[in-house]
Amino acid sequence: MSTDPGIWLAAILTLCIFSFLYKDNPFYKFVEHLSVGVSAGYWLVIIIRQSLKQTFLDPLIQGQWQLVPGKLGIFLLIFPAFMGILLFTRFSNKWAYIARYPIAMLWGIGVGASIPLSLQNYIIRQLQATMVPITFNSWEDVGSLFIAIGVITGLVYFYFSKEHKGAFGGAAKVGIWILMIGFGSTFGFTVMARVSLLIGRVIFLMKDWLGIIS
Amino acid sequence: MLDGIKNLPIVFLLSIIIIFPIQAIAGEGQTKSKLPNLTIEKVMDTPNDHGRSITIIWKKPSFDSSFAIPTGYKILRADSLRSNFDSVEFVPIGKSKSFDIQNIEDGKTYYYRIGYANTEIISNIAGPVQAKGNWFHTGKTTTFVVTILFCALTLGILIFARRGGELYIRPISGINAIDDAIGRATEMGKPILFVPGLGAASDVATIAAFTILEHIAKITAEYKTRIIVPCYAPETMIVAQEVVRASYLDAGRPDLYNDKEIFFITQEQFPYTAAVNGIMLRDRPAANFFLGKFYAESLMLAETGFEAGAIQIAGTDEAIQIPFFVAACDYTLMGEELYAASAYLSKDPMKLATLKAEDWGKAGVIIFLIIGVVVASVFGSDFFIRLLDVNVM
Repeated sequence: MSTDPGIWLAAILTLCIFSFLYKDNPFYKFVEHLSVGVSAGYWLVIIIRQSLKQTFLDPLIQGQWQLVPGKLGIFLLIFPAFMGILLFTRFSNKWAYIARYPIAMLWGIGVGASIPLSLQNYIIRQLQATMVPITFNSWEDVGSLFIAIGVITGLVYFYFSKEHKGAFGGAAKVGIWILMIGFGSTFGFTVMARVSLLIGRVIFLMKDWLGIIS
Repeated sequence: MLDGIKNLPIVFLLSIIIIFPIQAIAGEGQTKSKLPNLTIEKVMDTPNDHGRSITIIWKKPSFDSSFAIPTGYKILRADSLRSNFDSVEFVPIGKSKSFDIQNIEDGKTYYYRIGYANTEIISNIAGPVQAKGNWFHTGKTTTFVVTILFCALTLGILIFARRGGELYIRPISGINAIDDAIGRATEMGKPILFVPGLGAASDVATIAAFTILEHIAKITAEYKTRIIVPCYAPETMIVAQEVVRASYLDAGRPDLYNDKEIFFITQEQFPYTAAVNGIMLRDRPAANFFLGKFYAESLMLAETGFEAGAIQIAGTDEAIQIPFFVAACDYTLMGEELYAASAYLSKDPMKLATLKAEDWGKAGVIIFLIIGVVVASVFGSDFFIRLLDVNVM
């Protein structure tokens, strides 16, 4: 059995979490609150160091904004910080509406950045990978045909402007079957990964803590 | 004669001592003389970048294998032609004949030379050159054109919708179940749990989740049902509070709004999951909504909700997590159905127009795909594949 207090602490906390499998209990509650508290404190430090210090205070103090010619550098540094400060207006009933401007900016940037990225990664790349010659000279071509049919019928399933009836409905049905086959394999794969995580924890308890197995 | 034969070993030794160093010196000279000259072909601002980088391209030398090949190239830089050239980078000898020098000051003039490491052989002077950021990435022209086409299509359909044109969206089963789930919670006198996922407030899935939250909050305000929204990110909490507050105002019940029910937990994945699981078991919500971005916690949340006996509606665009929601929830909005749900519920012409544009885009993609596959298979041409080429480097 281990004499390391760190291993004992990790083992006890692991058992407290596992006790949730029986039912909600004070041990689980304790670990739940402990992990939330520790992670909140951890993130506070991370945010102060990485967001506030490294990306704002240090460049401001060290004059790194001067690397960008003109006044753009100081603007790129000050403007996001100013928008961030505006979020605190929510604490005032009178000025709370101002907080909507940085939120709107956040949304605008997020959506604006994601549209071209999604087009590029999920549509253009997928199209290129699907448009391969199908000549039926090998089993690979059968796979390519299956992929092409899967992509087309999958798109038909996600077509919302027409009801799934007749031939269109049939294609959509093929699409959802192909999706479900994909989901099934993902499910199995992930369950196996989770089981390996469980095995890792059990080995930790049996080997590192109790020393039952070598 | 015999003396001569006796002295042979001495002569042999002397010849080794004298001749070998001479050969070595001569060989060194030959290595130096055999190293080919270096020529910088081009020095330029690195294209398609955000600045602070210069690219040097040199003529690749061909080495004679019988002599020692240098370990690498040294890149030398000067601010002006009159300044000394200092070594700033080392590039190992390999297949490369170009190098991107990083962390350059934008707008400053530089001159470059290149030489073999540990030798005096250096190239011609190349320059002047300045680093600068580029506004347009020429390798992403295809993405740009497709984005413009999509935006134009959306705008066209939006104008059509605003002029009174009808935009049909087929019913989606998960959406219709939302009202039933809220009704069930109201009848049971239990709260509703809305989990907006682990995404940032700017993620498209989270934005879609907020639109559905708006619809749910309006009904909970009308029915006086308690709604709990535990948030993973602080900015998500702010937006969720704004959305719910606005919905309660719209429903004419601002007095019922309680911003303490929409709270931040932590930005750590599994502590957040543990806390939400705790809420499900202690507050026993009758309806759980998991809408937004979800990762490895999806099954843990859905399974706990199932154990707690809640009706569950989930939706995410994370393809890997959809199977877990399908397995453990009553209804699942898969991928784009989540975006469609937000448009369907809001009936907002802008959102409906976007959804319609996506449908038109999908129709275009299907046609393009069929043509591309036929052309590639029958004519063996990769024209359509090259047409879509995107160079992100």
